[in-house]
Amino acid sequence: MVLLILLVVAVIVVAGVIGVATLLRSRSGLDDIAEPPPAPAGPAATTSSAPVGPPPRVAVDPTASDALAVEQPDVEPEPDARRPEAEAVTEAEILDAELDLLRRPRLRDRLGKARAALAATLGEIRLRDRIDDDVWDGIEEALISADVGVATAQALLDRVRARAKEVKPRTPEELVDLVKSEIVDMLGSADRAFGYVAGELNVWLFVGVNGVGKTTTIGKLAMREKAAGRRIVLAAADTFRAAAAEQLGLWAQRTGVDVIRGQEGADPGSIVFDAVASARSKGADLVLVDTAGRLHTKVNLMNELEKVRRIIVDKSQAHLREVLLVLDATTGQNGLQQARQFCESVGVTGVVLTKLDGTAKGGIVLAIQQELGIPVKAVGVGETAGDLIEFDPVDFVEALF
Amino acid sequence: MFDALSDRFDVIFTKLRKRGKINEKDLKEVSREIRLALLEADVNFQVVKRFVTRVEQRAIDAKVHTSLTPAQQIIKIVHDELVETLGGTTGKLTMSPKPPTVILLAGLQGSGKTTQAGKLAKWLKSQGHDCLLVGADLQRPAAVQQLRVLGERVGVPVFSEPSDPVTVARKGMEEAARLGKPIVIVDTAGRLQIDTELMNELVAVRDAVQPHNVLLVIDAMTGQEAVNVAEAFHAAVPIDGVILTKIDGDARGGAALSVKEVIGRPILFAGTGEKLDEFEPFHPDRLAQRILGMGDMLTMIEKAEQVFDVEQAAKAEERLRKGQFTLEDFMEQLQAVKKMGSLSSIIKMIPGLPKEARNAEINDGELKKVEAIIRSMTPAERRSPQLINGSRRLRIAKGSGTQTQDVNKLLKEFQQMQKMMKSMGAMAGGKRRGMPGLPGLPGLGAGGGGGGGFPGGGFPGSPRR
Repeated sequence: MVLLILLVVAVIVVAGVIGVATLLRSRSGLDDIAEPPPAPAGPAATTSSAPVGPPPRVAVDPTASDALAVEQPDVEPEPDARRPEAEAVTEAEILDAELDLLRRPRLRDRLGKARAALAATLGEIRLRDRIDDDVWDGIEEALISADVGVATAQALLDRVRARAKEVKPRTPEELVDLVKSEIVDMLGSADRAFGYVAGELNVWLFVGVNGVGKTTTIGKLAMREKAAGRRIVLAAADTFRAAAAEQLGLWAQRTGVDVIRGQEGADPGSIVFDAVASARSKGADLVLVDTAGRLHTKVNLMNELEKVRRIIVDKSQAHLREVLLVLDATTGQNGLQQARQFCESVGVTGVVLTKLDGTAKGGIVLAIQQELGIPVKAVGVGETAGDLIEFDPVDFVEALF
Repeated sequence: MFDALSDRFDVIFTKLRKRGKINEKDLKEVSREIRLALLEADVNFQVVKRFVTRVEQRAIDAKVHTSLTPAQQIIKIVHDELVETLGGTTGKLTMSPKPPTVILLAGLQGSGKTTQAGKLAKWLKSQGHDCLLVGADLQRPAAVQQLRVLGERVGVPVFSEPSDPVTVARKGMEEAARLGKPIVIVDTAGRLQIDTELMNELVAVRDAVQPHNVLLVIDAMTGQEAVNVAEAFHAAVPIDGVILTKIDGDARGGAALSVKEVIGRPILFAGTGEKLDEFEPFHPDRLAQRILGMGDMLTMIEKAEQVFDVEQAAKAEERLRKGQFTLEDFMEQLQAVKKMGSLSSIIKMIPGLPKEARNAEINDGELKKVEAIIRSMTPAERRSPQLINGSRRLRIAKGSGTQTQDVNKLLKEFQQMQKMMKSMGAMAGGKRRGMPGLPGLPGLGAGGGGGGGFPGGGFPGSPRR
C-alpha cells in the first residue's frame, strides 16, 4: 500500500499540479488587472508552509548574551512612550489594582457591560411557551455565535437531548438551564490553581499567537503574585517584536519587580537562562517568561519555543510549573488548532482567556477543554492590573447566553 | 484539512453520480454542508444564512453544465459566490488630490495595527510614495516605541509626543505639512467596540485628521465576533477598507467574509507574515479557496512550481497519459517531489485523497527503500520492467539491500498504477477542456472513482463522465 501511495502521489503531483497551476495562473493573471499593483512577485513572498518555513527570525547577534542587563524598577523609562502624568497614573493604577485585588472581583461583575449587549440573544427563545425545533435551533445558534463551534455545540446538544429525556424540561427556560448545567459539568472539576511550590524556583511560561495579550497578562499576574508576597523575576524573551521588552519593562516598573532582557533579536533561550540564574541568585520564587507571539503553524518558531522549554527544564533545572496558552476571546475555531499545536510542542497546562470584557464570549475554550483537557486558569477583562480574575465556570456559562 | 468542503460534498455526491442533475432534496443537503463548512471557517452565522440562500438561488438558476459533475458545479457556485462577495468591489486606497492623503488605522487590541502601519508604510514606499507615521496609541505601554523601531527599519519618520491622541494626530498633520510628506498613516490604540469613551476618542482623532481612508485592521483568526466589531467601528467612524492580518496561519479567515458582508467595504490588504514586507493586496480568490478548505492546494502548487521543471513535467504527464510512464520518469518526479518537503506533509495538502492514503505513515525510510531499488536497476530495466526476471530481481534486491519481496511489491504496484493511469488517460486528457474556471479544486474528491487498488480516490482534474 505504501509504495502504491508513493507512486500515486508522485503521479498526482506531476499531472495535477501542472494542469491546475496553468489554469490558476491564467486566472490570477486576470485578477492582477482588476487589482491594485501586484505585490512583489519574488518567490520569498509566497505564503510558505511547514517544510520550507520562514528563515530563522533570530538575527545572529554575537554580543546578544553579553548585552543582557537587569533593569531595576527605578530606571527611567523611555520618555516618549509615556504621558507626562504617567507617574501619577501608574500609582493610581497600582492603588486601583491593589484595591481590586482586595475586592477579588468576580467574572460576573466584570462582564456587566458586555452582558447588557447580549441579554437579547436568548431572551426571545426563553419566553416561548413550548420546546420546539426553533428553540433547539435558537440554542444551537447561540452556542455557535459564542464561538463554541459546530462540532462541540452538536455534541453538547446531543447530551442535552439525552438528559432531557430523563429530566423532561417543560419550558424553553428550563431547557436553557439544562444546557447551562451541562456546560458547567463539561468545564467541571478541573484544577484551576496556578502551579506553585513554596521554597522552590517556580517558572511559568507564557505562549500564544501574536497579539493575544501575553505581555499584558504577565504584567497583571506579576502584580497579583507580588501582592501575594512572592518575589518575581520577569524574563523578556520576546526579542522579536519591536519594543516588546520595553512594554514588559514598563510593567515591571509599575509593579516593582526585576526584568531580565536582552537586545532585540537576541536568543530567547539565553534570556530565559539568565533570568532563571538571576532569580536563583536573588532567591526569587517565581519567574514569568514572556515569549514572542508566534503562529502555531511556523515550525521554526515552534522549535524555538521547545528550546526555551528545554532550557528551563534541563539546562536551568528550574521547576516549570505552568505553560500557559494565552488566548484572545475573539478567536474563532482556530483557537482549538492553536491549543493543539502549542500543546504538542510545549505541553500546555492551562489557558488564560483574554479580552473577555468585550462582547466576544470565548466559547472555543469549551472545545479546548473537551478535546485536550486543558482548563482555563484565568480570565483577562481589561487593561489595568486588577483586570485578571479567576475563571468561574458558572459565571462564564451565564455570560455565554 | 480533513473537513474540506470538497470532501463533504464527496459524501453527498457519491450517490448522485449516476444522476446528472441536482434535485431540491439534494440541494437542501448540500446547503447544510455549505452552512457547516462556513461556520467552521468562522463565518458569522447570520452571514452564513444569507450566503447559503444566495448559493441556493444560483444553483437553481444554474444551467446544467455537461462538463461538470454536480459536485463540481456546486463547488464552483460556492467558490464564485465567495469570490464575488469578498471582492465584488475592487479596493484601492483613496489618494487625495490635495496632499497629504491621510490613512487612519483602527481596530481591537492585538489585531496588528502598529505592525500594519509599518508594513503599509513600507509597501507605499515600494510604490513610490513617501509617508509619515503618526503614533497616536498612547495607551499600550511602549506602543510608540514599537512604531519608532518599525519606522526606522522602513526608513520612514515617526511623529508622536506624550500628550493625548487627538493632539498627537493634529500635530502629526502639521508635521507632515512641514516635512512635505504626501501620505500620513495614523496608528491608534486598540479599543473594544463597546468602550464608549475610547470610541468617542477615535471619532475625535478622526475629526482632527479628516482621513481619506479609515482602515479597520482585523485578525484573520477572529470568530463570530467579527461582525459586532465591524458594525460598531463602521457606525462610529465609517470604515473605507479592511486590512486582514495574520493570514499566514491556518485560520480559515471566515471573519473576512463576515466583515465584508456587513459593512460592504473592500478588503484592501492582507498581512501574510511577520516580516515587514509580508504584506500584499488582498486576493479574494485565494481566501475563497481557503475558506472552502482548499488553501493547502495553493501552497502545494506554489511549492511545486518552484521545484518542478515545467517542460520536463509536462513531458512526463504526456507519457503518463499514453501509459508510457516509466520507472525512470517516476524517479525524476520523486526527486522533485522530495524537494517540496516530506511526503506525508505533501499528501496532507492534497484534498480529496482517500483517508487511507492520507493517514498512511510514510517515513523517509520507505522512500529510501524505493529509491534504492530503482537505483539498483539498469536503465533498460527502468524503462521496461518486464525485463526483470528472477536473477535480475535477486541482483536488484542485493544491490539495494532489500528483499526480493520488496522488489516484487514495487514492480507489481507500479504495474497496477500504470494500468490505472492508462485507463484514466482519456480523462486526464479531457481535463484541459473540461474544467473551465475551476481553479485548484477540480472535483478532486468528487471526481473519478479511481481504479485498481486506489480506493475511492480522485484524480485531480479528471471530471468523470
